[in-house]
Formats: sequence, C-alpha cells, structure tokens
Amino acid sequence: MKTVKIREDNCIFCHLCEVACIVEHSQSKDIIKAFKREEKPIARCTVEFNYPVSLSVMCRHCDDAPCIEACQNGSMHRDDRGYVVVDSDTCVGCWMCIMACPYGVIKRDTRREMWGLSTKCDFCPDREIPACVEACPNEALTLEEL
Amino acid sequence: MKWMKNLKSYVPPSFVVERDDYRCIRCKACVEQCSFDATFYDDEEDRVWTWNANCVGCNRCAAICPTDAITVRRANPSYRYNHNWNGHVDGLKKRAIFGGTPVVSMGNDKPYPIYWDHMLLNASQVTNPSIDPLREPMELKTFLGRKPDSISVGDNGLKTKLAPQLELDIPIMFAAMSYGALSYNVIESLGRAAKEMGTYYNSGEGGLNKDHYKFKGNIIVQVASGRFGVHKDYLDVGSAIEIKIGQGAKPGIGGHLPGEKVSETISETRMMPKGSDAISPAPHHDVYSIEDLRQLIYALKESTEYKKPVAVKIACVHNVAAIASGIARAGADIIVLDGFKGGTGASPQVIRDNIGLPLEVSLAVVDERLRQEGIRQYVSLVASGGIRNSMDVVKAIALGADAVYIGTAALIAIGCTMCQQCHTGKCAWGISTQDPHLSKRVNPDMASKRLVNLLEVWALEIKETMGAMGINSIESLRGSRLNLRGVGLNEKELEILGILPAGE
Repeated sequence: MKTVKIREDNCIFCHLCEVACIVEHSQSKDIIKAFKREEKPIARCTVEFNYPVSLSVMCRHCDDAPCIEACQNGSMHRDDRGYVVVDSDTCVGCWMCIMACPYGVIKRDTRREMWGLSTKCDFCPDREIPACVEACPNEALTLEEL
Repeated sequence: MKWMKNLKSYVPPSFVVERDDYRCIRCKACVEQCSFDATFYDDEEDRVWTWNANCVGCNRCAAICPTDAITVRRANPSYRYNHNWNGHVDGLKKRAIFGGTPVVSMGNDKPYPIYWDHMLLNASQVTNPSIDPLREPMELKTFLGRKPDSISVGDNGLKTKLAPQLELDIPIMFAAMSYGALSYNVIESLGRAAKEMGTYYNSGEGGLNKDHYKFKGNIIVQVASGRFGVHKDYLDVGSAIEIKIGQGAKPGIGGHLPGEKVSETISETRMMPKGSDAISPAPHHDVYSIEDLRQLIYALKESTEYKKPVAVKIACVHNVAAIASGIARAGADIIVLDGFKGGTGASPQVIRDNIGLPLEVSLAVVDERLRQEGIRQYVSLVASGGIRNSMDVVKAIALGADAVYIGTAALIAIGCTMCQQCHTGKCAWGISTQDPHLSKRVNPDMASKRLVNLLEVWALEIKETMGAMGINSIESLRGSRLNLRGVGLNEKELEILGILPAGE
C-alpha cells in the first residue's frame, strides 16, 4: 500500500497542496471555477507553520485507525484499496472520529442541511498520484510504498 | 502591513507586478513566497496587492502562482529620454538619498562586448571525417596539475614521477561559492552533483561544514585572504587547494559577509563569533609579492605533504599575462582566471561594473605568454567568470583553457533568476540565504538532479561539437585556435585573441 510521505525539510509553506486538494474535490475540477464559482470544498490537508518549521499534514491512514473504532455507525471505514474513508451518505456528524484522531486531520464540514460531515483525506480515488503530491513544487510530499 | 509612498525616499520602482484579478484565487501562495515584502493580502478587502517599490524582479511569485495570474515586468522609466543620463538617474538618486554606495550581486550586467559570441567553430567537410559521438568513443577526461617537460617509459610502465593531478571526467567544475554566501542545501546539491559527475566543487572561502566532509574526493578547498575555516582537516579533505588572490566580480577588494548571515553553523564553520561581520581583507596580508606567494604555495604544499595540486585564482586585470607567468614560476600547479563577468555574493556596483578584463582576452594572452616562455606545461589553466553554455566551454578550451568553472550557470540550473539580491540574504529561491525557512526552498534531491542533468547535457553537446570538428578527445581541442574564427572583430582584437578572421 502506498502512502504520502511528509518531508518537513522540504516544505516551503506555499499551500499548493491545499489548493490542489480543493480543486480535486470540487465539482468542476477547474481551479478558477472551484475557487470562484462553486461552493469551495474543504482542503483535506493543512499546512502547519511555526517558524522555521512548516509541513503539510493529512490523514495517515493508520493500520489501527482510532477513527474507525470511534465511529458509531460504521461510516468511517476502510475501502477496497486499504485507505480510511468516510461514507458521506451515512455520516451524522457526531465528530467522534475527530475526538479520536491522534493527528487532528479530520475536519468538520457543517454546510449540509441536517447533519455535519466528517471530511478527511480520501487518497484521491480518481487519481493514480494524489493531487497534493503532484502539486507540491518542492517534493515535500512524495508517494511511497509503506 | 500598511504602506504609504514618501517623496523623501522615492526612487521609481524597477518592476511592476501585474495581477489578473479574474485568475487570482486568493490562495496567497505568492504572499508567502515573497521574501522582499512586496506582496500583501488584505483580509478586509479580500485582495492581494503589491508594493512595487520592494519588488526585485525575482519572479518567484509568478513562478509559484497556480493560475498563472501574475506577470512581473520591467518598469519603463518615464523620464524624458536622454541617452547620456537615463541609466544613471536612479543610481545617482540612491546615493544622494541614502548616502551609501549601492551594493550589488551576481556578475557585471553592463553591455560590454561578449567575445564568445564573436567566435565561430569549425566543422569537418569532405577532406577530413567528422565523428558521431553516439557511435564512437569520445574522451572528455581532463587532468589538472603540473605536467613534466618529458616522460620516459620503461618496461614497468611510466618511469617519470608525475606531480599530483586532479582527475576530471568532464572539464567543468563548480566555482568557488562559500557556505555563508550560499545556503547549506545548495552546497549539499553541488557536492552531490560533483560526486556523481566525477568532477569537483569549490568550497569557497567560508570553510567547510563538517557534514560536507563526506564529499572528500570531489572538493577543492579555498584559502582566501580572510583564512576563514582553514585548518589541517580542511586542507586534508580537499583534493586540491586554491589560493584566492582575486575575484573577477570585484578585483582588488576583499569580501564582506554581513553579520546577519553569520548564523550558529556559519560561525562554527568559519571559526568566528556568531553575528559578527566576516570581512576578508583586500590583499592577503602575507602576500605582497610573487616571492611571498611562493612561500604561501609551498607552506600549503608542505602541510599536505606535496600530495595535492595548489591552484591560484586571480581576477583578470590589465597585466594578467605577466602576473600569470609569475604565478606559474611561484610554483602553482593550476591558475584560475576569473573574468570580469564572474559573479559575486556582494560587491560595490562601481567595482563590479568597471574593473577587470574580459575572460576571453585574458585567457588568450595568458596561454600565449606561458607558451612563449616555455612554461605552459607547468600549470593548468581554468577559465572562470561568465561561462554561459557548453559552447563557451568549447571556445574557452580552444583558446587554451584546460577546464572551466561554472558558478552562475549552476545556480540558474537550481532556480536562480539573477535578480542580483544575494547580498540581502533574502533570496526568495532559497539559494543565497541563511534563513532556515527560506533555504528549504532548495531541495537537494531535486537540485542535484538538475545539476547532473545540466552537466550531462553540456557534456553531450561538447562531444557533438568535437565530433563535428573531427576531434575525439578534448586534449586535441585544447589551445587549438585554428578551430576558431572571429566575426565582427577588429584586427587588433583578432591578434590578441590569436584567431583568424572568418574567411581566412
């Protein structure tokens, strides 16, 4: 199984991983439309900064994922590829996964009508290389075999 | 940050940053990347805007912008046209307003003649065969160092004892750029590329970080007038030792690394207090004559048991041929000629733009003088300062160089856009900075790969050109000025360069 390796020594704090994530999870997958015409999706990765350290953090897809344990109705599950993903149809926004996540990489999307939606890295199911890895200009995110 | 222009310190901006508001998605990547405080984001207005006066034209924002919304263009001065004065108004104002002489970086940017572009190479047709480097072996291996007058060969091979030699797989080395002027990651990249390509990088005058001792076998260590970081281990780790007398970008003056760039690791490497200015004196205070230079050369040879060649680097100045002859007689094994277009991390603008000689001319006269005096075999010549492409390398070798140094070309390969702000320590491309956050912008894995690519491509181009000339070894090209013809040069220039005009 492949994973995104985070190399903080190379992160230049440009936020382009976040931009690429937003575009990838948008309706149009067009950078300008995604940012200016649509309801902008939430970026699944976050660039943390504390001078001089900066690094992009996203779901580590843990083997013993505490978020899956914590989920009350099985919405947080492991997909065929082995990555931890949320079923948006069943998620009720109880945020237990957020409480359980040791990395703080699950975000709250509160824009749905009834329930909130846990939003996290889905390892770009439509792509061979995740969008963040491809967008990183300094190879601070690389796709590597575990 | 809020800004308001003030007439008291107003100098018209050199660049204008244009932002296509339709394409700008407010991702703020440009804001984060600008290290010169020229780009801001205003929360209340939700807009990104630019303070043009601070823009240095490094194009980092334009390069990082994911929607291609940014164009940086040179500002057209709107003064009334005046051929004599237009280029001098801003410089004059700066001196008057700020009361200091402008410091600049990189090489001379004035439109002096470029002799490389007035020389054409030969090719084989009909009467002699050209060679295809993809099918036939082609030799770029070069040895730098003192060569004997003659050799004798016995049954057991070579009987003559050879002086120590530097073995180069490709006649291109990375010029002296110190750790201090450049960031740790850049030095790391240069070292890795030199190791992979079987060539050398020069430590520059700032000593050598302990981490970089791993490049032993691919380092030339420099001893300059400041003697920063020079000690036994340092000399031992170098494959050759280079005494820097002068630098093409600033002949006759020393170096100055501002205290802000002297970080903890730099202070350790240079063996000096943290935060204090690193000042290299203009002369070596123990070298006031050729005899003194000989003492220094032999002191260095003695301390390294005569196992390493010693190079002497000088800036090309008016009497360069006589000086080079003296250096050869003083016992140097390699002479490095640094032309006036060579780069620097900081130099007063007047010095950079007005002092020195073109490399092409100096190389020709030095090679000629050493041949006339019968001492050319005692030294190898390394041409440095303004080598821009592989054909400059070929022309330099045909004019008499054994190898070349590249500095600016290597930095451009890893991102440099020649904005000439090295002296500020704020390099937005992470090259000439000691800011730990900015220097991350050079990823040694990527940068060393780019340098290796550059050298590999240049090597192929050199082989192709040699093949066209019907030459299969770089040694046969060395000093072969018959392969050069001058175009657009006057008779005196042709005579000095020692080449024939096109058509003769």
